[in-house]
Amino acid sequence: MSHHIVEVKDLQYHYPDQTPALGGVSFRIHHGESVAIVGANGAGKSTLLLHLNGYLTPTAGEVRIGDFLLTRDTVQDVRRTVGMVFQDPDDQLFMSTVFDDVAFGPLNLGLTPSEVSARVEKALETVGVAHLKKRPPHRLSAGQKRRVAIASVLSMSPDILVMDEPSAGLDPRARSQLISILQTFHHTKIIATHDLDMVVDLCERTIVMHEGVISADGPTMEIFGNDELLAVSCLEKPLRIQGCPVCSRRS
Amino acid sequence: MSAKIDRVLYEIGHMDSLAEADTPLHRLDPRANLLTTAVFIVCVVSFGRYEIARLLPFFLYPAVLIGLGDLPLGFLLRKLLIVSPFVIFIGIFNPWLDRTVLLQLGALDISGGWLSFISLLLRFSLTVGAALVLIASTGFTTICMGLEKLGAPRIFAVQLLLLYRYLFILLDQATRMIRAHALRSFTRRGRITLRVFLQMLGNLLLRTIDRAQRIHMAMLSRGFTGEIRIVRQFRFGPKEFFFMFGFSGLFILLRLTDAVSLLGHLALGGIR
Amino acid sequence: MHMADALLSPAVGTTMWAVTAATTAYCSTKVRKSLDDRKIPLMAVLAAFVFAAQMINFTIPATGSSGHIGGGLLLAILLGPHAAFLAIASVLSVQALFFADGGLLALGCNIFNLGVFPCFIAYPLIYKKIIGSDPTSGRLLTASLIAAVIGLQLGALGVVTETTLSGISALPFSSFVLLMQPIHLAIGIVEGVVTAGVISFIWQTRPEILTRAAADQPLGMVPIKPILIGLIMATVLTGGVLSWYASEHPDGLEWSMFKVSGHEELQAPSAGVHSSLEGVQAKTAFLPDYGFKETPGNDSGRLGTSVAGLVGGMLVMLLGAGIGLVLKKRNAPILSNP
Repeated sequence: MSHHIVEVKDLQYHYPDQTPALGGVSFRIHHGESVAIVGANGAGKSTLLLHLNGYLTPTAGEVRIGDFLLTRDTVQDVRRTVGMVFQDPDDQLFMSTVFDDVAFGPLNLGLTPSEVSARVEKALETVGVAHLKKRPPHRLSAGQKRRVAIASVLSMSPDILVMDEPSAGLDPRARSQLISILQTFHHTKIIATHDLDMVVDLCERTIVMHEGVISADGPTMEIFGNDELLAVSCLEKPLRIQGCPVCSRRS
Repeated sequence: MSAKIDRVLYEIGHMDSLAEADTPLHRLDPRANLLTTAVFIVCVVSFGRYEIARLLPFFLYPAVLIGLGDLPLGFLLRKLLIVSPFVIFIGIFNPWLDRTVLLQLGALDISGGWLSFISLLLRFSLTVGAALVLIASTGFTTICMGLEKLGAPRIFAVQLLLLYRYLFILLDQATRMIRAHALRSFTRRGRITLRVFLQMLGNLLLRTIDRAQRIHMAMLSRGFTGEIRIVRQFRFGPKEFFFMFGFSGLFILLRLTDAVSLLGHLALGGIR
Repeated sequence: MHMADALLSPAVGTTMWAVTAATTAYCSTKVRKSLDDRKIPLMAVLAAFVFAAQMINFTIPATGSSGHIGGGLLLAILLGPHAAFLAIASVLSVQALFFADGGLLALGCNIFNLGVFPCFIAYPLIYKKIIGSDPTSGRLLTASLIAAVIGLQLGALGVVTETTLSGISALPFSSFVLLMQPIHLAIGIVEGVVTAGVISFIWQTRPEILTRAAADQPLGMVPIKPILIGLIMATVLTGGVLSWYASEHPDGLEWSMFKVSGHEELQAPSAGVHSSLEGVQAKTAFLPDYGFKETPGNDSGRLGTSVAGLVGGMLVMLLGAGIGLVLKKRNAPILSNP
């Protein structure tokens, strides 16, 4: 299943004004893996994600998604493989009804109208918002918007899901519902987040970024057990594994 | 001031929710509504400037639609009132400038100016009323798609849809800016000076441009290549046919013949 | 100021619709062919921005009154003429539909007055020429001021011309011009100052936005010839359609006819609608009572506003209200179901 592998080799990126954002990032993610990318604000998480679907072009190094080395010619194929869920659902949901938004991707794939509606139905059902089909996005709650945003990507049947802060701005219940939905997905998942408790629930592997480079890459529980590393990377141990008598009983 | 934005947001939202209802009128193909409204407006404005009597039957159409679509009359009338000043401002000159007596009702002499002023107000209520009823019974999104099906350029229809989508977000951002300003301006009762205004606008504009870039990113990552495609099947069936040709026929009939006088004669004759 | 349906004759209204529709089609093709698909979301959010910005009022220095931005020129500077035209057209369409600003027939006029002038006259022929290739803040202010004022003066003149040609308002052209132009001079100055201010704010904070916008539409690339030809065609078309319409249906021009040739002319039966109206009346002459006897010599029948007409009209209106009420009642239980 080589076409589900995400491989980044010595990726470097400088902003147009020459500020370095990524200083040589390398990793390899296998089919079905669920990987968290954590780090302080400005550590380079979002910049890294934008390379994974070819929105940014590396200053140096390479990105390989499955069989495709990311270039100008393969960018459309890469975007078909990698589903990207952006941080602000208001940016992601640009069409005027939920249906049209979720249909946007499949229509661009050139599917027939009946295939498109089948895909839309299925994607909306997967995230449990089929009843919102006709609603305009501005009349949805934050949690509903997030789910529709995920559906808008699922409808393209991507192999790899890339998510930027999927739990940001959600109330506790919407957050836990989102986590249970994501747990059912069998896609390769790459999640950039500050929500380390969610990482414990969702990701077996964690990549820590600090000032544009990877400072650690390993099993989640191992990383979160390393107090020194977390302190250097401006992170705090998730409440759940802090040994709190109340919280730890729940997990 | 933020009350103004709140009102705008409320009104758009309210019109929007009206359009979500499911009545026989709402189920019509939008093309039928659009074309019928067009015929209606052209017929109404094509009457002579002193016409009053023959405009009255045209109120039948908004009335029937308000009934069919179960629309709130009071809300629509209030909206009508809000936009009336310009027409009244222009029209109020008519009674001044045109004082020839054209109609006598008993001892009352009515000048051409008053007749044309009343006629103007009737036209205004009819045309604006029809537009409000159209949007309340069809919904903006559906209207845009109907326009596209009727031959409007796709890119323009998409522009309307996207504008509508981001209107709410931008209005919300503007509200938050005004609120933040009001909370920290103590001396001038929240009034905004030109210097502050320019910075507010500039900041809002920068955020907007950044947002456009993120939206573009989101579009690209879902396979956007310059063309936005929308599937929407509309069916112009017998109902639409009946609605459109029935009403349009009636409007044209009312325009070309003087049915009201006929009816009036009959009624007056009956009384005597 | 927005043109309103009620002030328009169908000839003027539909002509302006046709002109605007053609311009929209032309601009749509131009934007689609520009191969810059970033403009599609940009156009839309900037239109939404203008919509929201119009809601923010500021205090005009030394006057105490308040002003806001119109945004036409600003959009032209940020998007280039074609995309800006589409953006302005979309803002006006939303306003016409949701706030009944103007109305649907008048939308053609409004888009023309507020879109064509800033995008195809004020921006390319005035703003760009003054600002040249190396903008200074002084030049920016001059260019914005003059472009905004001229754009709005032309727009106001458009409103006056369209209203006068329609002949629904009794205001003579000259008084209407004297009424509208000074108001729009003030509005234009405010617009120019605000546009210059916002642009210079962007210039200071993120100059690359403006250079990118300018790179999209090379200087002087807006051809003057097609615009002039378009304007001339619009004028000829309006004139032609109007005179045809006037000869067929003189209603709209009655008032001016009356001014020129006196009362008798007005009373003389005219062609078209009035004669057909009289025809109907002739057929109904078997009715003994023709209006109220108390108004001898009442010739209002010719004017379409006879007493009988009023009575009939009101009857139909009442009937309509009745139908509406009945339908509403019938709908009510269906809606309360879910």
